[in-house]
Order: sequence, then C-alpha cells, then structure tokens
Amino acid sequence: MKLDIRMPLGLLFVVLGLLLAIFGVASQKELYERSLGININLWWGLVLVLFGSCTLLLARRGQQRSEQAGATPTTQSSNRGTTGHE
Amino acid sequence: MGLSSIDWIIMAVYFVFVLGIGAALKRYVKTSTDFFLAGRAIPAWVCGLAFISANLGAQEVIGMGASGAKYGLATSHFYWIGAIPAMVFVGIFMMPFYYSSRARSVPEYLRLRFDEKTRALNAISFATMTIFSSGISMYVMAKLIQTLHILDAPFHSLGIPQAWIFHAGILVSATVVLVYIYLGGLTSAIYNEVLQFFLIVAGFLPLVWLGLKNVGGWSGLKATLGPSYTHSWVGMSSPHTNRLGVEWFGLTMGLGFVLSFGYWCTDFLVVQRAMAADSLAAARRTPLIAAIPKMLFPFLVILPGLIAIALPTQPATAVGNSGTAINAPAGQGLIPAKLDPTTAQPVLDHGGKPQLDYDMAVPNMLLHYFPTGILGLGLTALLASFMSGMAGNVTAFNTVWTHDIYEPYIRPNAGDAHYLKMGRMATVFGIALSIAAAYMATSFNNIMDMLQLVFAFVNAPLFATFLLGMFWKRTTGHGAFTGLLSGTLTAALHHGLTLPEGAGAGIKGGWLQHIFHTYPSPYPSEMAQNFWTAIFAWSACFLVTILVSLLTRPQEESKLKGLVYSLTERPSSGDLPWYQRPVVLGLVALAGAALLNIIFR
Repeated sequence: MKLDIRMPLGLLFVVLGLLLAIFGVASQKELYERSLGININLWWGLVLVLFGSCTLLLARRGQQRSEQAGATPTTQSSNRGTTGHE
Repeated sequence: MGLSSIDWIIMAVYFVFVLGIGAALKRYVKTSTDFFLAGRAIPAWVCGLAFISANLGAQEVIGMGASGAKYGLATSHFYWIGAIPAMVFVGIFMMPFYYSSRARSVPEYLRLRFDEKTRALNAISFATMTIFSSGISMYVMAKLIQTLHILDAPFHSLGIPQAWIFHAGILVSATVVLVYIYLGGLTSAIYNEVLQFFLIVAGFLPLVWLGLKNVGGWSGLKATLGPSYTHSWVGMSSPHTNRLGVEWFGLTMGLGFVLSFGYWCTDFLVVQRAMAADSLAAARRTPLIAAIPKMLFPFLVILPGLIAIALPTQPATAVGNSGTAINAPAGQGLIPAKLDPTTAQPVLDHGGKPQLDYDMAVPNMLLHYFPTGILGLGLTALLASFMSGMAGNVTAFNTVWTHDIYEPYIRPNAGDAHYLKMGRMATVFGIALSIAAAYMATSFNNIMDMLQLVFAFVNAPLFATFLLGMFWKRTTGHGAFTGLLSGTLTAALHHGLTLPEGAGAGIKGGWLQHIFHTYPSPYPSEMAQNFWTAIFAWSACFLVTILVSLLTRPQEESKLKGLVYSLTERPSSGDLPWYQRPVVLGLVALAGAALLNIIFR
C-alpha cells in the first residue's frame, strides 16, 4: 500500500483525544451539567487516545512487515510502496 | 449557539488532516487508473469502510435520526432487511462480474454485457443523479450551519452580513471536497471516507451512551415510548397497525428486495469502492466487511432520534428551523414544530395539528447533551458525514463522465494522460454543477422533490436488468433497454394513479387525476406507495426484458465470457483462510441480521 491510512487515522485520533482530555482536565465542573455530570471530554478523550495509539501500533507493525517483505521482493505491492518515495 | 475555541480547534485539526491526505496522495496519481480506480490497490477493509461511508451522507445521519423519531425502531428495516441481504448478494454473486470483466464502471459493464444504448441510458441518468445528490448534501449542510448559528458569532465580529453564512457553508464544503479529490482522486476520497467513518462513530457513540443513560436505558425508552416505537416487526401484518403504514409483503419485496438490491448491487457510487480493491477476493470481501458495522448502525443513527422524541419537551434548549423557537408551538421531546420559512408560522397537517421538524432530532440531541469540547467533535462528525456523501457522488460522477460519456461519445482514443486531465476537470465542473443544484434547491424546493421522484422511477427497475443480464445468458441488449424504459414508465404510472392516505394529489402521487388505489396509513407515511411503485417497476422491467429478449437475436456466447454466470469460471476461494472466504463472511452477516431482527422484533 502506498500510504498506510492507519498512520493519519491514528494520528488524528491521538491529537483529537489529547485535545479533548486536556480541555476536560482544565474545564470547570459546571460545564458538565448537560452531560449528566460526567466529564465527557476527559473520558472520551482518553478513549480516543487509546484507539488512536492502537491504530498507530498496527500501522507500525504493518510497516515493519512490508519492509521485511521488501528485502525479499516477493509481493508486488510492497515493491511499489518502496519505489514510490523517489 | 456559541462555540468556543476548543470546538474550532477540533474542527480545524480535522480539516488539516483531510486536506493533508489529499496532498500526500498527489504524487501517487500518475495514470487514469490511479485517479478513477485508486490504482486497484486498496486493501479490503479500507474499501469496506469506504463502502458504507460513501453512503453515510446527510440523508443517512440526519434522515435516519429523523425517521427514528417519526417511525421508531421500525426504521431499522432500512438496515437489517434493506441493506444486509443485498450487500451479501453483491459480494458473493455479482462482484466477480464487475471486477473480473475489467469494466471501469457500472455503465461500462452494461456496454460489455449488452450494448451502447443501455450504457448511455444508465450513464447519463446516473451522472445527473450524482450531481443533484451532492448538491442536496451541500444544501442541507449549509442550511444546518445557518440553523444552528454556528458561524453567527465569528461573522458578527468580522462584520460580514449574516446572509453570507449560507454562501460560506456551500463554498467551504465545496472547496475542501474539490481540493482533496482533485489531488488524490478516488484513493483520496476512500481514505477520507475511512477517516469520516471513524469520526462519525467517535462523535455519535458518546451521544447515544449519554442519551440512553439519561432515559433509563433501552427498558426506560420502551416504557416511555410504548411498543409502536420500539419494535421492528410487531404490527407488520397490516398497514393499519404499524407506524410505517406498510404490510410485511410490501416491506420485504419493495424495500428488502427491489429497492435495496437496486441500490447496493447496481449503484456505481458504492460499487466503485469495491472495484478499487487490490484483488478479486478483496473486492468480494468489501461489501461483506461493510455489512458487519452496517448492521450495528441503527444503534448509532436511529437511537438518537428515538431518545430525542422520548425526552420531556424542552422548548428552551431546542432550536427551531428558523431559530425563533421561543414563541413557536411546543414540539415533542427535543423536536421542534416545523415553521414555514417565509411566514415563520407553524406548518399544519391535514388534521390541523402542527407538524414536527424531525430533521432537527440529531442536531438538537448534540446541542442537548454535548458540552463545549466534545460538541466540536460531534459537529465535526456531522460535517464529515455530509462531505463523505458529497465526495462519493463527485468521484462517481467524474469516472462515469470521463469513461462513459466523454471517452465514447465526445473524444475517443485520446490517450491516458488526456483522460486523467479530463477526470480532474470533471471534478471541478461536477462540483460547480452541484453548487448550482444546491442553489436551485434554495429557490425551488419542489423541483428537488420532483427530481428525486424521477430518479426513483429510473432506479426502481435497474436490478431486474442486472439480475437477468448476469444470470440468464439469453438476455439481449434490446431486451434490457426496453425493459428499463418500461419499468420507469410503469413506476411513473403507478405513482400517478395512487395516493397515500391523507395526501393531496401532486408531488405525492395521483397526478393522473384518476386514483385507483389509496394506501391506507394510520400515520402520515408515503412508504407503502413508494415500495409498491418499486415492486411494479421491477416486475414490468423483468417481464418486458424477458419477452423482448426472446423475440430478438441472442448474443454470441463467446462475447459473454466473464460477464454471465453460466459462462464464467467460479472464483475459487480454497486458498484463503476461512475467515476471509466470501461465503463464510456472508453467512455471518446474514446470521447477525437475522438475530437482530429476532431480538428487536
């Protein structure tokens, strides 16, 4: 694959999750009346960071695997992936 | 409603990623195959998520929440009956023909299988339809930005007149979609659809969780709303005893067979995502992988509508369609009464009761439960869904325009680089035309309704043509063409001669003056009429195609290899691990849908 979609996907969710969680820690308690008293920014932010990190981890593993496959050129797609970076 | 800087930052981060993906993919687009078919190099799971995301436009997220509030859990039929079986069918039986024939689009398959005129008919009607759908998506989005007063404060502080908010909404969404498709083509659209898929889940899951917690869970919802809202099959024996106003036969045949198979199996907008897969096995898995999250989507998009109607009526937090909900008559739950946009008076139904503005169910739910911060995420998810719907239409348009209209009829044999350039140009003028369509919708609302009706007539018979074409080698081009025309005509006739109960003749039907049948319904609903229009259109197309095919000269069998079931080698899946085999995945999806139907009967 030319650009692993899991890279930008994971990165986006880590960034969004961090933003939400930090804002959640910094914000006032009164803000959360509408969300039933739950600091939804903090908790959901953490969930998103977790999801994003797992996605990044998978992307990293996929990259290592295609590098190994690239050393012994058997699959066409991994070849295209490495020569695409001219 | 005021957004604070954290909401704006979240939105901005998302836009940076969307455009960044387009920019990063630009250097991989070298041939027209890269641009129109993503180089046929996308893994199955990415195609699968794009497959549902392309369909997850405005109509889906806003519309399914609205239907949830209006019809209750019976809306889930649009998923468990109206999507999953068709998705399994296209993956197992039809994808081998689409993918292996090397057709670059659905109309091109029709040319290979039948003839030039059948392709032209399908290509032109489909291209027109994509322009209007993406225009409607844009219109709904700009309207929503206006209604929710998202941009009021920044526009005020910059001294720009409020009337420009609508234009800004259209312009920004059009530009973003234009840039990322222009740069990266279908790959860019597909990658962004994956992003959009996860964003919609991330934005709506906490909404459903908070909402359910608030109303006392599913059992609390059941207790508040009563059985007519919380069952999908109870009362389906007669149109008088369910909120959809449909009986089981019309539902399963009309929605579950004709409409659903017509959309999921023949609409190039979704089929294109599978054609981009990196192998035939991956193309077949695409709709099957998509079916698994698809069957869970009712909980994400329909439940917010149900919760919105179940909450106690709170006019203070709800925003009406014109923004002046304060002196308007009370709605129900979070759903405001519908106001006439010109007079600001409530719209009354035939019984003199105010109508509800169901489309506000989901936006009002976001405003009700989400504090600033996650509100930015929720609104971004909403915007993402609009843009994925638009982008899906635009990529389908530029492909069909270039391969099925420009290349065969305007400039054949021009070389790959020329068609690649044309594809990029088609993206630009496709979006320009969609903007025109969006503005058309603002001034002539009825024209849009009418166009959608005409498209429904054109689409209803399509699946009969594909079914016969793929599984009966005797079907001929003349048969397919006359079948399609007579199906469309039958749909128009049926619509003109029938009327849903309580509606006036006109856009809702009965425009041929003689009304042969009125579809009874305890609630205002046009569904039974729509479903039966589809059933009649399909049957007419099916019969006429067979008849005309038998009367015309059969096609040479040697030319039908790879296009018809009986003349094509079965794709073997013996070397795949069991969890990647299409039949296994298909059975899992069907069993899941059946189980959900039983649990929520």
